[in-house]
Amino acid sequence: MTDSKTAPALDLAPGSSNTERRAAFWRFVDDYSLILIFIALFAVLSCTVEYFFSWDNVVGLALSVSQIGMVACTMMFCLASRDFDLSVGSTVAFAGVLCAIVSNATGSVTLGIAAALMAGAAIGFVNGAVIAKLKINALITTLATMEIVRGLAFISSQGQAVGVANEAFFSIGSSILFGLPAPVWVTLACFVLFGVLLNKTIYGRNTLAIGGNPDAARLAGVSVDRTRILIFLVQGAVAALAGIILASRMTSGQPNAGEGFELNVISACVLGGVSLMGGRASISGVLVGVLIMGTVQNAMSLMNIDAFYQYLVRGTILLIAVLVDQLKNRRQSR
Amino acid sequence: MSFLEFQGIGKAFPGVRALSDVSFGVDAGSVHGLLGENGAGKSTMMKILGGEYVPNEGRLVIDGQPRAFRSAADAIEAGVAIIHQELQYVPELSVMENLLLGRLPTRLGLVDRRRALDWTRQRLNALGVDLDPRAKLKQLSIGQRQMVEICKAVLRDAKILALDEPTSSLSHRETDVLFRLVRDLKAQGKAMIYISHRLDEIFELCDAATIFRDGRKVADFPTLEGITRDTLVQRMVGREISDIFGYRPRVQGDVRLAVRDVTGHAVAEPIGFDVRAGEIVGFFGLVGAGRSETMRLIYGADSRSGGTVAIDGKTLRSSDIRSAIRGGLMYCPEDRKEDGIIGVRSVAENINISARRNHLRAGMFVNETNEARTADIFIERLRIRTPNRRQEIRLLSGGNQQKAVLSRWLAEKDLRVLIIDEPTRGIDVGAKNEIYNVLYELAERGVAIVMVSSELPEVLGVSDRVIVMCGGRITGEFTREQASEEAVLARALPEGAARADANTTRTVSP
Repeated sequence: MTDSKTAPALDLAPGSSNTERRAAFWRFVDDYSLILIFIALFAVLSCTVEYFFSWDNVVGLALSVSQIGMVACTMMFCLASRDFDLSVGSTVAFAGVLCAIVSNATGSVTLGIAAALMAGAAIGFVNGAVIAKLKINALITTLATMEIVRGLAFISSQGQAVGVANEAFFSIGSSILFGLPAPVWVTLACFVLFGVLLNKTIYGRNTLAIGGNPDAARLAGVSVDRTRILIFLVQGAVAALAGIILASRMTSGQPNAGEGFELNVISACVLGGVSLMGGRASISGVLVGVLIMGTVQNAMSLMNIDAFYQYLVRGTILLIAVLVDQLKNRRQSR
Repeated sequence: MSFLEFQGIGKAFPGVRALSDVSFGVDAGSVHGLLGENGAGKSTMMKILGGEYVPNEGRLVIDGQPRAFRSAADAIEAGVAIIHQELQYVPELSVMENLLLGRLPTRLGLVDRRRALDWTRQRLNALGVDLDPRAKLKQLSIGQRQMVEICKAVLRDAKILALDEPTSSLSHRETDVLFRLVRDLKAQGKAMIYISHRLDEIFELCDAATIFRDGRKVADFPTLEGITRDTLVQRMVGREISDIFGYRPRVQGDVRLAVRDVTGHAVAEPIGFDVRAGEIVGFFGLVGAGRSETMRLIYGADSRSGGTVAIDGKTLRSSDIRSAIRGGLMYCPEDRKEDGIIGVRSVAENINISARRNHLRAGMFVNETNEARTADIFIERLRIRTPNRRQEIRLLSGGNQQKAVLSRWLAEKDLRVLIIDEPTRGIDVGAKNEIYNVLYELAERGVAIVMVSSELPEVLGVSDRVIVMCGGRITGEFTREQASEEAVLARALPEGAARADANTTRTVSP
């Protein structure tokens, strides 16, 4: 989506080069505005907030956004295809609980992880199948599964945090590879993987086509239903992965984990320029969206700002981002 | 000085110059035709008049006063009303409520329905429009909805009325009603702008005309007396087009498409027909005859309740678009914007969306070099006017969008049967001719073509054979030699209505 910036403008009318140059400038600003904002934000915080610009803090920041980051990758696909998924927060909790229970019961962390991933994929599949085949609105469907899955998390854990006895389980979230915590590597891998999927594969292109115009995509031979189901299935599995990592970091599967998670993920995507109308998305945008959200939160924590105010700031940032996007579109179409 | 003056209007968008230095005037009490191919700048001009776009250069002068509209509300305030191709109404509300939207009369804070009804009835009568004020807009025909839209403008006391392709989806009778209304409004002293591709209408209705090409004004005709149709077409296209259909006879091969007993939604009687390799079969019928529905059933876009479709003797899987495409059956839909293009994606994406599966690397990776080349080839070959292949397709004009949708199937290596529904709806003369030529070339290569069209001259001018539908069944079939306007039309009209209507029918489009 960023490859349009270098296109030479077609100069139909001589003497309009000034207008063209201005248009090119605005295109540049449009394409890079988010990254520029993030760099500026990072620079300002580095200078003004004590302890912000240190390796430990930056790694901590990355770790804190790792769960949101990986799910944002799949949420990007979901939004790009003009769908919506509210159930990811519940899936995070349920996957954590299930992983802990199965690990304890079988003594094998691998089995626990497998069970959790499969459960996540199954939840996603149900979402996708109901939305694509039964043609039920995505908002309603995933609102329902959000409740159902949250219920499953509470029922299976009997409302208690499920501790894990096996030491190996904790290493998922806490082990350090080449100077970075494992979850950060997993998130980076997700960004690379889903970035490639979105831009380079038929799966990603079809996703964007479906979001752009589902009817036209179907008539052009895109298997719309199958692609949508796949999008939700992958989303469920990645949400489960995030749940496992979160449980590992908290050393237990907690049924009330990940509350409001889905909205944070969607916020990060929207902040990253993913259109809720479908058809437009970029992985770099989502990455920056996630980083901006994380950075602001991290800086506020360092400045000892009450957690309650962080909600306020997060909402305000989202509103401003959407507003800026609107203004951008308005200028382009006038 | 005219009542409405455009003075040196210029407008540029990122990458495209839409209008340069356009000046012309429209008098009060006259109908002024705007002509030009798609993308010539007519619609941009209307959007400037309607306050949707702000021009980069030049100004509007209305009744001697310079005006700079910043929004659509400004334009309405100044007495401008634009009737767009896409109408803007509230489908769930009644005619009355739509007409009085935002200013329903109230009594004690509640809507005074009786007064509103009386008022609406009276005004509709005065305009000579026969509509039930209580009917919901969604229950009305497109033509009737358009009437409501025009009435709304008149009731708002608009001094300037612009109609953008108003007849493109109207029946003949509705068109007559519209014309009467336009003439009445002219007599009342409104300054009217009329945009149409149908030159007959321009001659019938307009007092003066201005022709656009490539964002510039190329000709002004203060009167249309003594002006020939050829002159207009020539100025629009910038070259001579003697025969816009340019029919070329060709050799036909064996049966490629065999449709047998197809039934389903909107089909009253099982449909069956054959199309040979190299043959172009035109499907004619009035709105609601079931042509488009039939084509969707054949393609698999809607599921059929019975019957078979075979390509070169091989039966396709029922209701499966992908198997149709793999079998060589492809389809350009009637509604380009809703079903054809993916607006926010690039021209290249829209061209490659289907054929890309044949060029994947490792089964899943898009071959970008190949796709860029394919897109560029078709942009050049079909003369798709776009700054480059990365342009979002929604920004292109209708004709160029249609060419891109066609390219999507031309890029397929195994195109055997092409169904194309309303190939040139809302497309200008020059692009029409280009699209017909593509169809002839395909037919010469042995593709079997089914062309659905509501434009009788097009059906007669392009097809080797004409099949007529009415009320969900096939009612007639003609060879090119047999097919005359009267004969085809007689079969297209429902029983009984045939004689009465055949005389009043208007020939459509150039």
